[in-house]
Amino acid sequence: MQFHLSEEQAAIQEAVRGTLEDSFGAERRQRHVDDGGPDFDAESWNGMMALGLGGLILPEAAGGSGLGLLDLALSVEMLGYGAAPGPLVPHLLTGLALSLSDDAALKGRWLGALASGETVATLALGGGWLPESWDVTLTGGALTGRVGHVVGASAARLLLVGTAGGGLALAESGEGMAIAPLDSSDRTRRAAAVTFDGAKATQVFAPGHPRVARLFDAALILSAAEALGGAQRSLDISVDYAREREQFGQPIGRFQALKHQLATMALEVEPARALLWYAGYAWDSDQPDARRAAALAKAHIADRFVSVARAAVAAHGGIGYTWEYPLSIWLRRSLADRATYGAPSVHRARAADLAAW
Amino acid sequence: MDLSYGKEAEAFRANVRDFLAQRWRPASLRGSELKSYIRDFRRDATDEGYLYRGVPRRFGGSEQPVDVVCAQVIREEFGRARAPMEIYGNGMSMLVPTLLDRGTEEQRERFIRPTIAGDYVWGQGYSEPGTGSDLASVHTRGELVGDEWVINGQKIWTSDGARATHMFALIRTEPDAGKHDGISYLLLDLDQPGVTRRPIRQITGGADFYEFFFEDARAPADWIVGARGEGWAVSRTTLKHERASIGSAETLGRQFRKLVELAREVERNGRPAIEDPQVRQALTRIEGWVLSHRYSSYRLFSLAAADEEPGLIGLMMKLLLTETGHDIALAAQELIGDHALVEPAGAGTQDRGPEKWLDLIMGTLGNSIAGGTTNIQRNIIGERGLGLPRDLAMGGQ
Repeated sequence: MQFHLSEEQAAIQEAVRGTLEDSFGAERRQRHVDDGGPDFDAESWNGMMALGLGGLILPEAAGGSGLGLLDLALSVEMLGYGAAPGPLVPHLLTGLALSLSDDAALKGRWLGALASGETVATLALGGGWLPESWDVTLTGGALTGRVGHVVGASAARLLLVGTAGGGLALAESGEGMAIAPLDSSDRTRRAAAVTFDGAKATQVFAPGHPRVARLFDAALILSAAEALGGAQRSLDISVDYAREREQFGQPIGRFQALKHQLATMALEVEPARALLWYAGYAWDSDQPDARRAAALAKAHIADRFVSVARAAVAAHGGIGYTWEYPLSIWLRRSLADRATYGAPSVHRARAADLAAW
Repeated sequence: MDLSYGKEAEAFRANVRDFLAQRWRPASLRGSELKSYIRDFRRDATDEGYLYRGVPRRFGGSEQPVDVVCAQVIREEFGRARAPMEIYGNGMSMLVPTLLDRGTEEQRERFIRPTIAGDYVWGQGYSEPGTGSDLASVHTRGELVGDEWVINGQKIWTSDGARATHMFALIRTEPDAGKHDGISYLLLDLDQPGVTRRPIRQITGGADFYEFFFEDARAPADWIVGARGEGWAVSRTTLKHERASIGSAETLGRQFRKLVELAREVERNGRPAIEDPQVRQALTRIEGWVLSHRYSSYRLFSLAAADEEPGLIGLMMKLLLTETGHDIALAAQELIGDHALVEPAGAGTQDRGPEKWLDLIMGTLGNSIAGGTTNIQRNIIGERGLGLPRDLAMGGQ
């Protein structure tokens, strides 16, 4: 039995964390979130891709490392920890979708470029996030419809689009596609509304294909992983502050009220780690409860992140409420992670249905 | 990650199953026949190396190398066969490891064998009225008079107090030394004129704990574990041998499954409550915590099997269990509705309806207190887990 991180897994996490910190440190991060900033950051993107993140879960034949979703989730957790900018997770999911497809031509055309990160991809799901609600239509190889929230749309060359009835199609950015940037509340993952009006696309999965459900589960797990990293960061920032900040002649972390508040935050974060691991493990080994595990992990951890990020602000006092203090970045990410791919209550309702209650 | 136990453990499991199939057949036995059958069974299971694995053979144990996976397999298989495991209680969980670590050879020979056999039942004599979380403030006095300790004072919150034949206790024997340095770890025979015991009726109505009064109670001079004044350190000895298990996760999982069953049985608006969207939300919200606890216990188990330190998560399991238990209790209280207005009949009796959940609804409050209160748990997580400075009143600098 092995249900804790191997040395190798811990080393990969540390490499992702360190590289992200080097390429997207405090100053750069703060500039990135200023008003009117970009939806893409080439330096951190290249740093992550140089590490091999783009191909981590892709087959070795396509230039990838052939690792599992759990391994990818561990890296994605560190993206959440470092507030990685741009469409990294949607890009990884696009690569995963293509690798799951049986279309050799499509894979041959794109997988290598996705693994290297040379081609940037993102997701355009639409509807109410769940596959059955996707509503862009694919007729005669052309897309029609609108997706309200596409992260990194301006920077992406490829869009993996959710189509009516729960299918997926791949479109190249260009003709028949209008991109209207949004003033995103999460400044690290800015999005745009995308309107399709005859954009050419190739079907990757027909509506209702079982691998669409599997891909969506992977999206939930990676979203949970990002949220877990963000929650850990919010906690770490708060603990560091409590050890340094002095009031009444002593570090405030000595006061029991704050100590207990921080312990409660830690109690939200640390046990959730194993919940995420199980979801990744269940996905990788195709356990019968894999769908439920993904839904519950997403719902639980998204809630934990919001709760911990809010508690972190409260634990800081005035400084935590300012724009320039870094907590604002993770608080905003927590709101985005909670909404993206569907709210916790949506996934709890699914988990109840999947349990056949 | 891999949740299977591996080939070696599965081969071991087959052996355990064979043993149980041959040796555990109590079907037609009753009363004293059953008792002696169980006694023999335990002896044979120990000979096979399945029970008392951390105890040397010369004291009646099976002296097995530490292997948490084997220990877990044994628990699972004995559980499946409903076969008796070790006689569980303060004796096995606390006193025996303490004697193995700090006792004299004489004490080990004198006490371990009868404890394993179930002839000695041990009560824990730590808490006193007024000590609360500041355990080292104990007042019960012990004075060496000739070749005997003479003990005066009071102990409280002793589980197994009705059956206890003996007690291990923290006693102040060095009144002039410091708070921690004045305590010794003494053993006592409870069957003597100087000892009075009284049950404490709990908030649940039951009485699982006792208090003990000592008026010139006596213990032989050599019934002290460790030196005089070392009692505090001796009492910190914890059971390390194969301690990791996924037992508490199974308890919580069982409670949650019962909660789901309850939601199927009771009605809301003329339909099973489990069909109500709010109930489904409440159940799945709790399940997020139940599963976090379960998989974290797998994580701890895996760390122990690899002989690695448990770290932060190891400090949290008790609080997580407590808080999730409260969530289950409160959800159950809502579901049972007016049944909560009726006192449940005693456990094990007939005709216990949904009001039986009151036992858990109130009983889970004990978890907030026993073995270190929830506030103390948060101190431990904050100080040892997160590295926050210690409270000055509690020894911080």
